[in-house]
Amino acid sequence: MFQKTNKMLLMVIGAVVLYVLLKIMITTGVINPYWQRVLFYSLIVTIGALGLGIIYGFTGQFSLGHAAFVGLGAYSAGYFSKTFGQYGGLSFIGALLVGMVFAGLMGFLIGVPVLRLKSDYLGIATLGFGFIVKVALDNADKIIPELGGARGMVGTPQVANLEWLFFTALIVIVLTRNFIFSTYGRACTSIREDETAADMIGVNTFKTKLMAFTFGCALAGLGGGLYAHTYPFICPGDFYFLQSFDYLIVVVLGGLGSMTGTVVTAIGWAFLLEGLRFVLGPQFVDFRGVIYALILIITILVRRQGIFGGKEFGFLVPQVRREKPDAALRG
Amino acid sequence: MESFIQQVINGLQLGLMYALIALGYTMVYGTIGLINFAHGDVFMIGAFVGYLGYSSWGLPWPVAIIVSMAVCAALGVIIERIAYRPLRYAPKIAALISAIGVSFFLEYGSSLKFIFGPDYRVVQRPFRSITWNLGGVSITNIQVVIMAVVIIFLLFLLFLVFKTKIGAAMRTVSFDHDAARLMGVDVDKTISFTFAIGSALAAVGGVLYAIAYPQIYPFMGIMPGLKAFTAAVLGGIGQIPGAVLGSLIMGQVETMTAAYISSQLRDAIAFAILILVLLIRPSGILGRSQQEKI
Amino acid sequence: MRFNRWVAIFVLVIFSAAILLSGCGQKQAATTTGENVIKVGVIAPLSGDVKTFGESVKNGVDLAVSELKDGKLGNFKIEVIPGDDRNDPKEATNLATKLITEDKVSAIIGAVTSKCSIPVSQLAQQYKVLMITPTSTAEKVTLDENGKRKDYVFRVCFIDPFQGTVAAKFALNDLQAKTAAVLYDQGNDYTVGLSEVFKKDFEAGGGKIVASESYTNQDTDFSAILSKIAPKNPDVLYLPDYYQKVSLIAKQARDKGIKAVFLGGDGWDSPSIDQAAMNGGYFTNHYSVEDPRPQVQDWVKKYQAKYGKRPDSFATLGYEAAQVLFKAIETTNSGDPTKLRDAIQNMTIEAVTAKISFDKNGNPVKPLAIIQYKDNKQVFVKKMTP
Repeated sequence: MFQKTNKMLLMVIGAVVLYVLLKIMITTGVINPYWQRVLFYSLIVTIGALGLGIIYGFTGQFSLGHAAFVGLGAYSAGYFSKTFGQYGGLSFIGALLVGMVFAGLMGFLIGVPVLRLKSDYLGIATLGFGFIVKVALDNADKIIPELGGARGMVGTPQVANLEWLFFTALIVIVLTRNFIFSTYGRACTSIREDETAADMIGVNTFKTKLMAFTFGCALAGLGGGLYAHTYPFICPGDFYFLQSFDYLIVVVLGGLGSMTGTVVTAIGWAFLLEGLRFVLGPQFVDFRGVIYALILIITILVRRQGIFGGKEFGFLVPQVRREKPDAALRG
Repeated sequence: MESFIQQVINGLQLGLMYALIALGYTMVYGTIGLINFAHGDVFMIGAFVGYLGYSSWGLPWPVAIIVSMAVCAALGVIIERIAYRPLRYAPKIAALISAIGVSFFLEYGSSLKFIFGPDYRVVQRPFRSITWNLGGVSITNIQVVIMAVVIIFLLFLLFLVFKTKIGAAMRTVSFDHDAARLMGVDVDKTISFTFAIGSALAAVGGVLYAIAYPQIYPFMGIMPGLKAFTAAVLGGIGQIPGAVLGSLIMGQVETMTAAYISSQLRDAIAFAILILVLLIRPSGILGRSQQEKI
Repeated sequence: MRFNRWVAIFVLVIFSAAILLSGCGQKQAATTTGENVIKVGVIAPLSGDVKTFGESVKNGVDLAVSELKDGKLGNFKIEVIPGDDRNDPKEATNLATKLITEDKVSAIIGAVTSKCSIPVSQLAQQYKVLMITPTSTAEKVTLDENGKRKDYVFRVCFIDPFQGTVAAKFALNDLQAKTAAVLYDQGNDYTVGLSEVFKKDFEAGGGKIVASESYTNQDTDFSAILSKIAPKNPDVLYLPDYYQKVSLIAKQARDKGIKAVFLGGDGWDSPSIDQAAMNGGYFTNHYSVEDPRPQVQDWVKKYQAKYGKRPDSFATLGYEAAQVLFKAIETTNSGDPTKLRDAIQNMTIEAVTAKISFDKNGNPVKPLAIIQYKDNKQVFVKKMTP
C-alpha cells in the first residue's frame, strides 16, 4: 500500500516536472513554434496509438482502420467547434467529448458485426470500413456543407496548446493504465493470448472485445479531436489507410502489449519524420521516404518484439503483478 | 442488355487483373502465412523492367517479359532473405511491419531520379489493341490475352502445388516447419522458391497491367496490390482457386456498383459487400472454417 | 530494473537529441541573418506519389534562381530552402512552421496542391510572411472561410471557377455542344472544383449534362463509367484532371467508342501526356508554346536546355511565381514581407505566361488560352476571358 502511493506520487511529480520543463522551454524559446508543433503532433499520435494499443496490443484484435476513427473524431469535433465555438474552453471540451463519443459509437456499431471475425479477416473488414469512411467524408459536403467534402474543412479554432495536449495525454495514459490492469484489462489480455481458453474460464469474450474496441476507437476520436484543433485544415485524405498503417507501425514497433513502448515510439516516430529533414538537408530531401523505410525495416529486424517488447516503465505498473505479460508473445 | 453484358466484360477484365496479383499473394500466404505487402511493389518493378526492356533496351517483348520475371524472382528471393527470414519465428505482425517497410522502400526508392524517377510514363503497347465487336459488345485482344494468362497461371499453380514434389514440400511447410524439416524438406529453399514463383507471377501481372492500362509510375502497385489482397481474402486467403474467384467477384462488384448504383459510392458499397460476405463466411468464400482445437 | 535504466537512457537520448536539433537550427538562423540574405522557402511534394509535380515546380524555381547574377538581387543574396510535404496537409503545416519560425524565411513559394496550400496560407497570414502559390487553384487559399482576403497570400494560377466557366463557354459557343458528360476525381479538390463550375455554367448556358461520374485517384480502369456514358453520346467529355489520369481515361473512352470532344484544364499541359490519345482535345491553359512573345519562347528553350524536356504547367507556374517574387524584391530592394506584399499587389509584370497583375483577392489577372492537342502538337486556338 505504501509503495503504491509512492508510485502514484512519483508519477505525479514526474509529470509536473516534465510539464514545467516543457513550459519553460517553450516560453524561453528553446523549443520554437516548429518543434512545439512536432511535440503537439507526437502527443496526438500518442493518444491515437494508445487506442490501437488497447485494441491490438492488449486485446489482439487486428485493426487496419484506425485512422478512419481518428478522422471521424476530427470531423465531428471540428464541426462541433465550428458550430458552438463561441464558448472558449468549454466548447473545446465539448468538441473533444463529441469527437470521442462519436468515434467510440461508430467503433461500437462496426464492432458488433465485425469483431466476430478473426485475425487477417478482421484486418480486411476494418480496412474496408476505412474506405467506407473515406468515401463518406469525400461526399459529406452534399449533406453538411461545412464539412467541405474533398475540399477539406477549414476554420476549426486553433485552441489546442501545451496544457490541453499534455494533460489530455497524461489523463489518457492513466486511464489506459487503469483499464489494462483492471479485471477488464486482464480479460482483454487473456483473449489476446487464447480466446478459447479465455472463454472457458468464463470471460465474456465478445463483450470484452467490443468494450476494448469501443474504448480504443474513442481514444482515436479524442486524438482526432485534438488534431482538428491543432492543424488548421483537415481533409479526408489525412485519414486514409496509409495513416492507419502509421498507427500500426507505432504500436508494433513499440512492442505489443506495452503502453510505455507505444508512448515512447509515438513520440520518437513523430520526431523521426521531422528530424530527417535536418539530417538530410536540402540536397537529399527526396531520400526521406527511403531512409524512413530502412529505419523501419532495421528496427523490426533488430527488435522483433518491438522496442519495449511487452515491458513497462515501473511507475506505470500497479504493485500487484502476477505474471509477465510478454511471456506468451514469444510463441 | 448489351450494355449489361458489356459491363460484365468490363468487370471481368478488372477482376482478371486483380487475379493476376492475388495469385502471388495467396501462394505466399498459403505457404508461410505472411501478408506480403511488398507484393504490389514487386508488381510495379515488374512493370517497369518489362516496359523498359522492350522500349529502351530493345528486347523483343516476350524476352522482356522473361527478363522481368527473372529480375522480380531474384528480387522476391532477396526480400525474403533479408526482410522476412530473420523474422520467421517472430510474431507474424513483425514480418508484416517489415513487409510494409519493404513496400515503402521500393516505392520511394524507385521514385528517386537515378532509379526510375517519379514521372508517370505513357506505355507504348508492344502489340496493337484490336477490338472485336460481337453484337454490340466489344472485346479486345488484350482482354483475351489476360484471360488466357490467368487461366494458365491458375492451372500451373494448381499443378505445381498439388502434383509436384516441390508443391508437396510447400504444403508440408505450410503445416509445420519443424515437421517438414524432419520429413527431409529443405524449408529455406522451399520458401525461397515460393517467393521466386510468386514474384515472377507479379512481374507478368505488372507487364500485362501496363499493357492494359498503359501507364507506369513508382506508386502504381499500392492500390491494385491492396485490392488484390482484399480479393484474395474474400476468396479465402491461401486457397488458389479462391484468389481467382474473389478477384472476379471484386471486379464485378466494383464495376456493377459504378455502372448501376453510383460511381461516387463505389468503394463504400464494394467494401460493405465485402464485409457482409466475410460476416457470412468468416474465412472467405472458399476458405475452410478453422476448427478450434482445445 | 536493469531494463528500466536502459530505457530511461534511451528516452533521454531522444529528448536531448531533439533539444540539440532545435538548438542547432537556431544557431544557423542566427549566423546567416546577419548578412543581406533573403530566404525563400519552397514547399512542394518532393517524395510520394505526386513527386513529379513537386519536382517540376522546384525545377521552375531553381531555373529562375540560376538566372540571378551571382544568385543576388540588388544587395541581397537569395537563398532557397526547399522542403518536402509529401502532399500531406499535416506535413505541409509542420514544414511551413519550420520555414517561418526556424529558418525565418521572408517568402514561401508553394504549396503545390490546394490541400497543402490552405493550411500554409493560414500560417503565412498569421506570421505575416509572403506566400505565392504557383498551382493551388482553390479559392480558399487566398480567402478565409468568411471570404476575407489573406493579404499576404497570392497565386499565379487561375482559380477553379475561372477555368470551369471558360471551358463551359467554349464548349457552348465554339464547339456548339448541346450535351456534355463530366468525369472527376471525387477525392481531389481541383477536379471537383472545375467540374462543379463547368456543370453549373454549361447548364446555365442552355446545355445539358447527360452524365456526371466520379472515380478515385488510384483508379486505372474507367470502363464501367465510360460504358455507362457511351450510349448517351455526349458532344463533349469534360475531364478536368491532371495529365496522367486523363491520358488513361481518354484512351479507354475511345476504346469504348465515345466520339465526344475531350475538354480539360491546365492539368493537361505536360509533355508526359499521351498525346495520341488526347488527339483533337481542347484544354484551358495559361499560355501557348506557340505564342511569339519572347518570354515564352525563351522559357521553353531554357527549360529544354537545362532539364532535357518541355516544361509542364507546374514548372511554368513555379518559374512564374519566382519571377513575381524576384521582381517584388528588386523593386522594393527589401526582404520585408509587408513591403513585398504591397509591391506585388500593385505590380504589373511581363511574366512568362502573360502580362499579369493581381486583383483584390490575390489572383492573377491574365487571359486564358485555349489549346488543342492535334497530331502530337499543342496548337493555339484562341484567347478567352470569362
